Amino acid sequence: MTQKEAFMQRLTIDDLKKIKEQYEGTFALRHGGYRAKVTIHMGTCGIAAGARTVMGALVEALAQKDVQDVIITASGCAGFCSKEPMATVEILGQAPVKYCCLDPEKMKRIFAEHIQGGNIVQEYALVMGNENSY
Amino acid sequence: MEDLSLHILDIAENSINAGATKIVIRIAEDHGKDNCSLSVEDDGRGMDKETLLKSEDPFFTCGDNRKKKKRFGLGIPLLKQAATECGGEFRLDSEPGRGTTLFASFRCSHIDRKPLGDIGATMLSMMCGHPEIRYVLFYDISSASGNGGGFHYGFDSDALKEALGDTPVNLPEILIMVRDSINRAVAAGREQAKMTLKSHNKV
Repeated sequence: MTQKEAFMQRLTIDDLKKIKEQYEGTFALRHGGYRAKVTIHMGTCGIAAGARTVMGALVEALAQKDVQDVIITASGCAGFCSKEPMATVEILGQAPVKYCCLDPEKMKRIFAEHIQGGNIVQEYALVMGNENSY
Repeated sequence: MEDLSLHILDIAENSINAGATKIVIRIAEDHGKDNCSLSVEDDGRGMDKETLLKSEDPFFTCGDNRKKKKRFGLGIPLLKQAATECGGEFRLDSEPGRGTTLFASFRCSHIDRKPLGDIGATMLSMMCGHPEIRYVLFYDISSASGNGGGFHYGFDSDALKEALGDTPVNLPEILIMVRDSINRAVAAGREQAKMTLKSHNKV
């Protein structure tokens, strides 16, 4: 048995088929564009401060609400190591907002209020805009 | 870093920055020899000898000083410290154009040895952040007796992509499924190894 086969056996191929069927129609939509992009800063500092749990919380929130038009990506250190974990939320056509000192709960609130609701969570926001002054 | 899976996530980020398209992660626990090891192998651009030596120095940065950006790479020194602190070894092999292989070993029973942690979440984060890269994970446990009862697990994100066809691999549902599937398999393997150890001790 090859490694690939061994792996596929464990991940229950039926589950994969189900997901594949479920998304067959919606894929074109997703491929066409996204409404929001969330960048989790995953440098050494971010990871040590808990960026992985923040990303996990966001992925779970997206799956739970079945949100199709938000993409999550990772980037490196943003230069504010003491403010990690950080995430940049960019709603298409609006200035990106950097959030700092995050945890899974805060990320879920940002998802509900900013990404879905359109209101910036000012308590957690660090900076708004595209400047690169750091 | 709280656990080794966070170190792996951190080291893999270096590979991605070096332009890797494939990252192979190997985790091995050998309870007979009281040794566990991890290695991260990439096909990125690699480093020359000089950079290789400097990369283990916490005060070295490969950031561009002209841009007035100073970024210090602490990931490698931190992992080196974690390994050497608990009676392990640390090695970094690289050649320009041929990729980099990082190897760290630990004494399993050492009190300072960090636990492996949530390896599934690490795979989720990597596949979510950089879905275009091929991730391969091997996880092996050899029991103390050395005669069977070992556990071997393999994951290949390309196999997943193949099965999914057009469906993107970084869909939240798929990422969560991959995380849970890996963690389930690892937990089962550990349980199995523990049982073997117990029955071995009885004899």
